[in-house]
Amino acid sequence: MLSFVGTSSLVHVAVTQTLRNGAWRVVELITTPVVPTDYLDVIAPLRNPNVLRARVEAVHRETANAVTLELRPGRGWRPHEPGQYVRLGVDVDGIRLWRSYSVSSPAGQPSGRISVTVNAVRDGVVSSYLLANARRGMVMNLDLPAGDFVVPSRRPAKSLFVTAGSGITPVMGILRSLVHELTDVVVVHSARTAEDVVFGADLRALAEQGRITLIERHTGADGRLKPADLDMLVPDRFERETWACGPGEMLDALSENWAEAGAAQRLHVERFRPTVLVAGEGGTVTFERSGTTVEAPGGVSILDAGEAAGQLMPSGCRMGICYSCVLPMREGIVRDMRDGTVTTAVEGDNVLVQTCISAAAGPCHLDA
Amino acid sequence: MTTLQRQEVNPIGHLTAEDIEAIGRELDAIRDEVLANRGERDAAYIRKVIKVQRSLEMGSRAVLLFSLFPPAWIVGTAGLSVAKILENMEIGHNILHGQYDFMRDPKIHSTTWEWDHVTPADQWKHSHNEIHHKYTNVVGKDNDLGYGIMRVDENQKWHPFFLAQPLWNFINALFFEYGIAAYDLNLGRNLKSKKRRSDPEFKANVKAVGRKIRRQVLKDYIIHPALSGPSFLHTIAANFTANIVRNLWSHSVIMCGHFPNGVSTFERTSIKGETRGEWYLRQMLGSANISGSKLMHIMTGNLSHQIEHHLFPDLPSSRYAEVAVKVRALFEKYDLPYVTGPLPVQVASAWAKVIRLSLPNRKPTAAPDHSRPPRIPATEPATA
Repeated sequence: MLSFVGTSSLVHVAVTQTLRNGAWRVVELITTPVVPTDYLDVIAPLRNPNVLRARVEAVHRETANAVTLELRPGRGWRPHEPGQYVRLGVDVDGIRLWRSYSVSSPAGQPSGRISVTVNAVRDGVVSSYLLANARRGMVMNLDLPAGDFVVPSRRPAKSLFVTAGSGITPVMGILRSLVHELTDVVVVHSARTAEDVVFGADLRALAEQGRITLIERHTGADGRLKPADLDMLVPDRFERETWACGPGEMLDALSENWAEAGAAQRLHVERFRPTVLVAGEGGTVTFERSGTTVEAPGGVSILDAGEAAGQLMPSGCRMGICYSCVLPMREGIVRDMRDGTVTTAVEGDNVLVQTCISAAAGPCHLDA
Repeated sequence: MTTLQRQEVNPIGHLTAEDIEAIGRELDAIRDEVLANRGERDAAYIRKVIKVQRSLEMGSRAVLLFSLFPPAWIVGTAGLSVAKILENMEIGHNILHGQYDFMRDPKIHSTTWEWDHVTPADQWKHSHNEIHHKYTNVVGKDNDLGYGIMRVDENQKWHPFFLAQPLWNFINALFFEYGIAAYDLNLGRNLKSKKRRSDPEFKANVKAVGRKIRRQVLKDYIIHPALSGPSFLHTIAANFTANIVRNLWSHSVIMCGHFPNGVSTFERTSIKGETRGEWYLRQMLGSANISGSKLMHIMTGNLSHQIEHHLFPDLPSSRYAEVAVKVRALFEKYDLPYVTGPLPVQVASAWAKVIRLSLPNRKPTAAPDHSRPPRIPATEPATA
């Protein structure tokens, strides 16, 4: 009897699945050559299961140079762990640019919303755009949360967070989510002045409640934090599980300091990748799938350079009009040989470039 | 500067090699001006056209669920025809040219786009973007000159087959999307020999076209009619009509691009070692525009700015109108024939040529003037 029930329910499942697949194929035929979700996008862009998007629900100004966006992720979102970051795809002047931002809101909010805090970066195209233009109702593209700057489920007895500038954002996400589960927390945070401290009010409130020990350093007056300064501020720092986020030089100095003390395994760092690429003349082109690398001079197209190195590449008109030769650039910088336009890609961008009229303007990594 | 005054004269006879390169530089400058402010406006434009097109198509197909009722049939068919025209002309053709690749939106990109057409986007991009746009109007290289079934230039050899070319052209117009699929497959040539027929690439392409046709036919003639239940047959008729309307329209617009009087063709030998300036010049003389309203330009997918499109095939179509003002001034500066006219005039001109050239040349064409290589049109501009 049991086995009979089992078989019939299996059959039932199989039949429903077949029917569902069949029905979906019909729906696909209704909308061919585009996919049904392309029509859904016209009405409900957040419902598309294949393209993750988010709507800006609120915009809060944190400081003169920082703004927090409250986002409602669409279908396909997976909740983040405190400390993780998300990549946002923002259309700036019609061009989709992707940037990573740490989630600064606590995990598991009932509203399902997340917050990211955007700090103005000098010459930062996306950050300055968001600071000036982010509005409620804006829809942007979103990636699933990523990153291992997280607190393990076995919570440490003593913890330390060393942050500077916008490096506070992932730590704020951690504190807001987990401060109740952590017993002995020290936060050493550097900012230029007291007014420049992003989340200054929240941090000071946590300190007043006795949940954290907050050490603020105002670098405008006191100078930059050096590891030696910590001897006084946090004498037991090497005993603490430590998370650090901030400028590269600070992280390098901390890593060295912790390594010397033999405590490297207790230090977790999160680096915000610099996205500043400077256009030069020529560069090393790496074809990642085949492993071919070639030194491409500034006056030679990537197509010509690649072919000369034995790389098999798609090609067409070889004059920049047919778009048959486009390849995804994962990282790098190229110059259009016709008009000098420079195109850059940072990790995760996958910018498609026309190889027949693009010359390397620095190291380039192509997905080919 | 009418072409009539120069009918025995090479239209570029008065240009020096330096002039031609100067023209090239001026066109590059026009292109740079557009690139300098290409952005949000253009992205918003194409997104809006796509949104309008999808809404119109959804709405029209919904109305056609009740196509049994004549008013619904008429409204739905008209709407669907316009939606299909927009989809092919202003959206599909232009996105497949990479005009909107700059947006880095994988949903609106030449490498991912597929259109409401029986020819798969990949094959179209090869025959159109790569061959036609590179070898524009070069006799023997650019198959768009008569699509292999017609003689549209005095320098193409006459054959009794061409006697019936007005009929071929009409049939091609009605079933233009199938004509294009056959053309992209280079069927005429590839079916001739067993070796070509069994070429794996050709076979794969045929298969891809077969798949595309199957889906397109299932959609328009089975699924949507079935959804409309008692209106089944009426919806079939409506979808068939919309496809024919779209075919006739796009065929007419495309015929106006290179066939009307005044457009030059070029000899195969004339493009050896062609410079950028010379390539530009060939595009300038080898294309013809259609004059008209803004709506007209949108419905032609801005192929009414065929000259500008051929000069800058990857600039957003939304910019051709503003570019046209500068390009036309350049034509005047260098005393070159800017061929343009209202749609009925241009269509009539193209048809007149198809009919005229169905017969052998009346008199031997004047031998092209080879005294001034390089870039001599193979024919003098024909009389109006």
